Amino acid sequence: MSCTEIIADYGLRSLGIGERLLPRSDFTLCHQFTLIGSGLIWNIYFGVLALAFGFFLATGLALAKAAEAPLIRKPAEWFIFVFRGSPLFIQFFLAYEALVMLPRAGINIFGLTVQTNWVTSAWAGALFVLFLNTAAYSAEIFYGALRSVPKGDIEAADAYGLTGWNKFRRVLWPTMLRLAWPAYTNEAIFLFHATTLVFFSGFPAYQQRGDALYYAKFFADKTFNPFIPYPIAAFYFICVTLALIGLFGVVNRRLNRHLPQAHRPRLRIRPQIIR
Amino acid sequence: MFASCADPSQLEGLSWLLCYLTSGKHMLFYGSFFVVLALMLITAPVALAFGFAGALAARSPVAPLRWLGKGYTAMVRGVPDIVFFLFVPVALDQGLEYLRHLWKCPPTGEPVWANGEFNVCAAAKLPLSTSPQIWHEAYGFTLAVVAFSIVFGAFAANVLFGAMNAVPRAQLETAEAYGMTPRQVSRRILIPQMWTYALPGLSNLWMILIKATPLLFLLGVEDIVYWARELGSTKSQIYAYPHPDWRVWYFLGLLCFYLAMTRVSEVVLGRLTTRLSRGQATMAGEAQRKLAGEAGA
Repeated sequence: MSCTEIIADYGLRSLGIGERLLPRSDFTLCHQFTLIGSGLIWNIYFGVLALAFGFFLATGLALAKAAEAPLIRKPAEWFIFVFRGSPLFIQFFLAYEALVMLPRAGINIFGLTVQTNWVTSAWAGALFVLFLNTAAYSAEIFYGALRSVPKGDIEAADAYGLTGWNKFRRVLWPTMLRLAWPAYTNEAIFLFHATTLVFFSGFPAYQQRGDALYYAKFFADKTFNPFIPYPIAAFYFICVTLALIGLFGVVNRRLNRHLPQAHRPRLRIRPQIIR
Repeated sequence: MFASCADPSQLEGLSWLLCYLTSGKHMLFYGSFFVVLALMLITAPVALAFGFAGALAARSPVAPLRWLGKGYTAMVRGVPDIVFFLFVPVALDQGLEYLRHLWKCPPTGEPVWANGEFNVCAAAKLPLSTSPQIWHEAYGFTLAVVAFSIVFGAFAANVLFGAMNAVPRAQLETAEAYGMTPRQVSRRILIPQMWTYALPGLSNLWMILIKATPLLFLLGVEDIVYWARELGSTKSQIYAYPHPDWRVWYFLGLLCFYLAMTRVSEVVLGRLTTRLSRGQATMAGEAQRKLAGEAGA
């Protein structure tokens, strides 16, 4: 079997397209590269969507945490504390067990039956947990940045007569993003790394459709040789990390474009300093 | 445990719950919390030592040593830690068994890794299949500790390398001007002074270590996650204490345990930070000096 055929058969295996059965013997390098790469689709799916949705919730949470009214501030503080103070692994388990307890037949709301069986599948349930988790971590980053917006900027906004939404949109928010961006880049990288936990934490891999690490473990278990699949998975994740840094670097340059060249902060990975 | 628990089917309400929560399996569950604590307390100093060695190696003037240190610190950038947690124990186990294979087994001429199998003779197995169960568990736990130490050592090396670079250059130059050798500068100035810069990063690492401990479950250690799943799952009438699926409550308990750990650590580390910034030429140290000055005046 040539490598092109293997790619055609297994390239989209993690989505259920192509060959139904996983290979049973004669695991070639091509098999391992193809299947692990196919699993990476799930990591990218979880990472991109959780980040995209989490960004908005995080902004809201950061503003709520910075609010003066305790009725708004306290819930945000508790949300952030619970999600940052407990392991993601436990959050996955807890969410899965809680979602399983929903009635199988669906919930009846005003005569409309809402189906519930889809929420226990990984694409929905795990994504929801990752979304809340990254929102909490990012909110803490944004909150810190919001607190370090220079006093002069706010005074200048006041002097121009900007208030409310306009002041936030034109002054506070861009400065907050600019200050938070290096830390937020780190958070994005580690969120991508955290997506590897999904299929090890209760959420079933339906028809063996799993992520990159799921397939890497599959090969390591089948061949009794961890020295090939795990480095392949590591290689893929290094590529994703580099792509992320490149992408976030572009945004970083745009956020800092008004600053003189020498003052522009550069992005670099600081492993696990934030998360 | 209690004499009144001899026949659980006769019990009701609170006394049932009391007997249920003190059953033999639950005692093992409570014991597994100490496994988690032991993992953290052993890993933290070992990882710190690894990190220290890594950071010193990364600053070394000897090129091969420096590359080794830089490689170690760069290891965790870009690769998820879970990959290492899955990889290191298996790789270490196979590596050790391979070495024992070379040493103890009669030469067979066949390759060790072949046809999807890992073939070493019975004498090379670790631990031997004849050894008691406790050794198998201890061996598994040791491998887990090594995996955690390597990964967190690399994180710690990053933090300490950064902290060493953050020590004000002027302090080191002053030491050099006093005629100290590079070794003396390191020992007397660099290492004592770096802790205040390393502490935020190290306390963060401690938090991450706490939150990484449930991954022990993935390494096959019978930890709190294992017991929570085991005890919480539906127990039919053939069990002494039948109950429906209670896993969600067990995991809720674990969540509270971790939240409490985080909170306590935050408070303790906060105090430590205050203590270490005393008299330092940093913003925190300066704030303390001013406060003390106001109180004195």
